[in-house]
Order: sequence, then structure tokens, then C-alpha cells
Amino acid sequence: MSDPPTSHALSPHSPAVGAAAPDPSSLLPDDEPVQLLDDEGVLHEVAGYPLDLGAEELRQLYRHMVLTRRLDKQAINLQRQGQLGVYASCLGQEAAQVGSAWAGAAQDWIWPSYRELGAALVRGVDPAALLHVFRGTWLGDWDPRATGFGLISIPIGTQALHAAGYAMAARFDGADLVVLSYLGDGATSEGDAHEAMNFTGVFQAPCVFVVQNNHYAISVPLAQQTHAPTIAHKAVGYGMPGLRCDGNDVLASYAVTKKAVERARDGQGPALVEAVTYRMEGHTTADDPTRYRSDAETAEWQGDEVRTRASQLREAIYDAPHGDPLELFEHVYVQPPASYDEQRAQLRAELEQQEP
Amino acid sequence: MSPITMAQALNTALHDAMAEDEGVVVYGEDVGVLGGVFRITDKLQDRFGETRCFDTPLAESGIVGTAVGMAVYGYRPVVEMQFDGFTYPAFEQLVSHLAKYRNRSRGHLSMPVVVRIPFGGGIGAVEHHSESPEGYFAHTAGLKVASPGTPSDAYGMLREAIATPDPVIFLEPKRRYWLKEEITWPVEGTPFGRAVVRRGGTTASLFAYGPMVRTCLDAAEAGEAEGWDLEVVDLRTLVPFDHDTVTDSVRRTGRGIVVHEAPVFAGFGAELAAQVSQRCFYHLEAPVMRVGGFDLPYPPAKLEAYHLPDVDRILDAVERSLSYV
Repeated sequence: MSDPPTSHALSPHSPAVGAAAPDPSSLLPDDEPVQLLDDEGVLHEVAGYPLDLGAEELRQLYRHMVLTRRLDKQAINLQRQGQLGVYASCLGQEAAQVGSAWAGAAQDWIWPSYRELGAALVRGVDPAALLHVFRGTWLGDWDPRATGFGLISIPIGTQALHAAGYAMAARFDGADLVVLSYLGDGATSEGDAHEAMNFTGVFQAPCVFVVQNNHYAISVPLAQQTHAPTIAHKAVGYGMPGLRCDGNDVLASYAVTKKAVERARDGQGPALVEAVTYRMEGHTTADDPTRYRSDAETAEWQGDEVRTRASQLREAIYDAPHGDPLELFEHVYVQPPASYDEQRAQLRAELEQQEP
Repeated sequence: MSPITMAQALNTALHDAMAEDEGVVVYGEDVGVLGGVFRITDKLQDRFGETRCFDTPLAESGIVGTAVGMAVYGYRPVVEMQFDGFTYPAFEQLVSHLAKYRNRSRGHLSMPVVVRIPFGGGIGAVEHHSESPEGYFAHTAGLKVASPGTPSDAYGMLREAIATPDPVIFLEPKRRYWLKEEITWPVEGTPFGRAVVRRGGTTASLFAYGPMVRTCLDAAEAGEAEGWDLEVVDLRTLVPFDHDTVTDSVRRTGRGIVVHEAPVFAGFGAELAAQVSQRCFYHLEAPVMRVGGFDLPYPPAKLEAYHLPDVDRILDAVERSLSYV
């Protein structure tokens, strides 16, 4: 547990409720997604989105993208081998994830969905810990407080409220902290995403909603998800700016998210970043995308493949045993009910009967 | 010392908890300037400021979902659902996140969150304002479920709920908000997981929680005219459940009657009846009787008296129990 907020930190400062509504034109997204790297990989300067990265950081961005792609492919293979129950690939979204996550500082938090391998790697989460979720060895096995990377949420969009609450807490506590809330395009249809954006707008909480628009919610295309001009336009309804970037451009993803993060850190409230990208794989390994989209469409988004080694990951997952079944009773409550003693004893007896 | 109402006791509990622990924050719909539609949060914003007690946008899922995030940060949120029937938009956050978070994080992230819900009927309210949703929450592993029956218990139980490291669904019997009691301070609270015998008796055991505790005490008093000496047990917390007090009572009286406002079918009374039949089989003189609302959507206000258990319905059940000789 982190230390509870202190009285000093809770000194009266009113949440900016009732602050004057912003001029809507200042919140509208640009006509086109911001792109710093063109299709040939040539860097262009774009006014308002300066690139403050040195050579080493650029190498790190590239390294994390390569790592993400290799581990993602490895995870798919592990699922095909029966080592994972299912896996939700982020193939094609590496730049959107690595670039946006890179915009966060060490103390900042990410509240992810279940398709965030790239962002997890940036935060230093052990990829094997992430894959244990898909293997079913446990439900989540990293310390969010140690990594600033929250639990993955499978119910769509629900994590946006946890991000909003964390950002509200940071604001009330006077902390220098920004929260990155990761969502997909489908999640923006959910009530929780709406409520999260509305809450952070009302409380001017330091939260950046990073929406990876990968164009599909399982099989349902974006056009059937919203009639808004773009996802970024939705931000206007919450009184926050909507920004758009080419999500396949890691530098644009970084620079645009960074702008939103700095704004939030400066006390100017939340923002929405729409990273326009494409989900190259199916929704999960259990999905068959040929039923709802064409090869030609996928080919249009196809990028170069990169290969590297991921043998360490294989070793961590191959035949990794599940935990002690009796541990199932360990973490539900701090103060478990008395019935757990009986039920734990029952399971123990059943386990003993199974022993050869 | 003049008696105070349950509403005042709850307000005092919130006040004292906020004064004692600066991490305690109270929020929900209309809980700030207004002090809550039942005034349970009255003057808390004046006393503790707008970051400790504040109004949110009108969104129950948002209220519970942000409480998860605030708890991860280190606060102890005490949030209000304005009415029982308005809890359902938050159901996913309650069941899929608040209840499961600690387990999913393998113990890394606890959820010291209290969700206060004014619940139950009997106040002539419009639809969606009189429901008894305790069964949903008692059935959800990871949550604790508490409901006080007296003003002093309301104080002590809310203090314990706020201090508890696990999430608590705190069901306030709204028809008893104005029930008065002379309270001796400081309140020596009875811990969660312990039922209290409110009235000792030998004829049969009445089990209740929240709003039906008072009704059962009234029934026990009325039962004296029949020559019955009825015991009344206030369960207080459904999770954790006090097997010892319940089984001890049934083993002494041989008869159990469980009373709640919620529909009988698959209600909490079914769980109690099953537990008693397993633990007290050879002590039982009669099947455990269940008294509750009918298996109906909550009726319009002018008909609620026909739906809700009352003294007569409870005494009829006692009579049915006693017919097993």
C-alpha cells in the first residue's frame, strides 16, 4: 500500500467545478491526423508538436516496437501451441502504444485494456506476467504500484473510470501525476468511457484518454460504432480537446500524446488522443477476421515485418504451472469470511483424494 | 442526553470517520451542498471542504468506478447510491471490479470502499425507490454486505465499514432513518460477522436485518398476547455471516423464521434456511419459515403494505412453525 494522502496534500483547493466552459473551436481536432513521419519514413516538422527526443530515445522507441511485435507474434504462436488459452494481438498497433506510453513520466500511470502489450513493455511490466493472464495461471500478477501499469480490464471501457478516479485522486492530493487511460474505438460507445470523460472534465482531472482507433470492435467496423465525424470530436462534448495522430507513426503518437500529457500536468485538465491505426490480426486468436473484412483492406495497412528473438518468453510460459489451488481463497478479502475455512478444508481434502 | 435518529447517527459516523482519517472522502449525487436527499451527509462539505465531500455528475457507474481508482491511489471512498433502484447502472463496476480487484491483483490492491445505499420500502415512494437488492451483493464473492437495524448500530457499523480494508455494501434501511435511540457515547461497536440477540426468547427464533429488525421486535411484543416468547436475532452483516449465533438460537428454540422485505424466492432467507437445516437438523421442530415480499416487482406505493412483511405475516409464520408438534 502506498502511504495514504496527507492532510497537507488535502488542503482545501476546490475542484474546478463550475469553471467557465471553454470555447468549442479550441477543442476541435485538426482536419487530418498529425503525422511526423511520412510513408517513406521521412521526418517532417509539424507546428505545435515539437519532437524533443534524442538519438538514444529514438532507438529505445524502435527497440520497444520491435520487441512488442516479436513478443506479440510469439504469444500468438504460444496460443497456437496450446500454451495460452487465448491472446489479443496488438499487431499493427505497436507505434500507437509505444509512442503514447513513452509520453508518460515515471510517476504517471497507465490504465490499460487487454490489448496493451506495447504500453506494458514501456512501463517495464514483465511480458510473461502479462501472458499468464491469457494462460490462466492467475488473473493478474504484476504490482501496479511498482510499474504504474494498472490491471488489465476485460469488460470494455470499464478501466476508464478507474483511470478517472485515480486522476481525480491525484488532483485532490496535489500530486504531480498524469494518468493515461487506454481505450479502443469500440470502448468509446460504452457508458463507462463517457462517464469517465465527463468526470475528468468536470473535475479537471489530469487524465489523457488514448483511444487506439484500430477500426474494429471484434467484427463491427468504426462506421457502425459512431456517427461522430471522428472519435476525437467526442472530446468537445466533455469540454476537453480532441487530438488526432497517425497511430502508425510512433513519433506522431508520442508528440501528440506528450502535448496532452504536458497540458494535463500543467493543470489544464483532460484530453482525448485518437491514434488512428489498424488491428492487423483478429480480435483475439479465437476470431476469424476473414468473415468480416477483406484481404485487400488488410494489405493496405500492412507494414514491414521485423523479427527478433523471444526465447526467454517461451521459457517463461512453456508448461508454466498454475498456482496452488488453495491460493484461490487467499486474495479475495483482506478479512475473509469464516466459510472460507470450511471451503478451503474441503478443497484440500479433495486435492488429497486426487493424490496418486 | 436526547435520543437521535438513525439518520443523525449515520451523519455523525461519517463526520467522525472523516475527522479521524484524512483519506476518507464522501461523494455521490447531491451529497455536497444539499447534504444528501436524506441529509445523511449534511454539513460534511462545510466542515471538510469540497475535496473531501463533493457532488459528482449523475452517473452511478462513474461513482463506483472512480472509487476503485481513488482506492488504488490510497483514499478510502465512501460513496452514495441515491436510492436502491439506482444502483443497477453501477452493477458492473460493483461486481466485475470492486468485488474482484483484490483477487485479480493477487492481493496487491485492496479496495477499502464503502457503497452506501438507502434501501427497502415502506415510505410511500415512487417506483425504483423501495428495492431490496441485498441478494445480488451477498451472492458476489469479494463484497461484504451490512445493514444496521438500530441507530447505535448504524453508527458503529458505518464506522467499521469505513475502517474495513474490504469493500462493503452498506444498506441503510430508509424507513428507519427516523427511528430514535438514546445513544451512549462512545458507541461500543459490535464487530462485523456477529449477530446480536435483540430480544431473548424460547418459543421460536426470528431472524432479520435492517428494516425488519424493528418489525420483528414489534411482532415479538404482539406475540406475547398469544403466550409466545419470541427471540429476535439481528443478523447485522449478511457477509460475513454469523453461523454461531444463528445456530445457537435455533438449537435453543427449535424453530427459525427468517424475515426480509426482498422477495422470498432465492432471497437471503433461502441461504439462512439452508444453513440452519444443515447445521441444526436434529434440533429443528419445524422447517425454517421464510417471510418476505412476494415474488413481484415492487408494487406501487398504495399497495406496498400488501407486499411488505408486517407483524401479522410474521406471527402467521410463527403459528405455521408451531403447528409442527
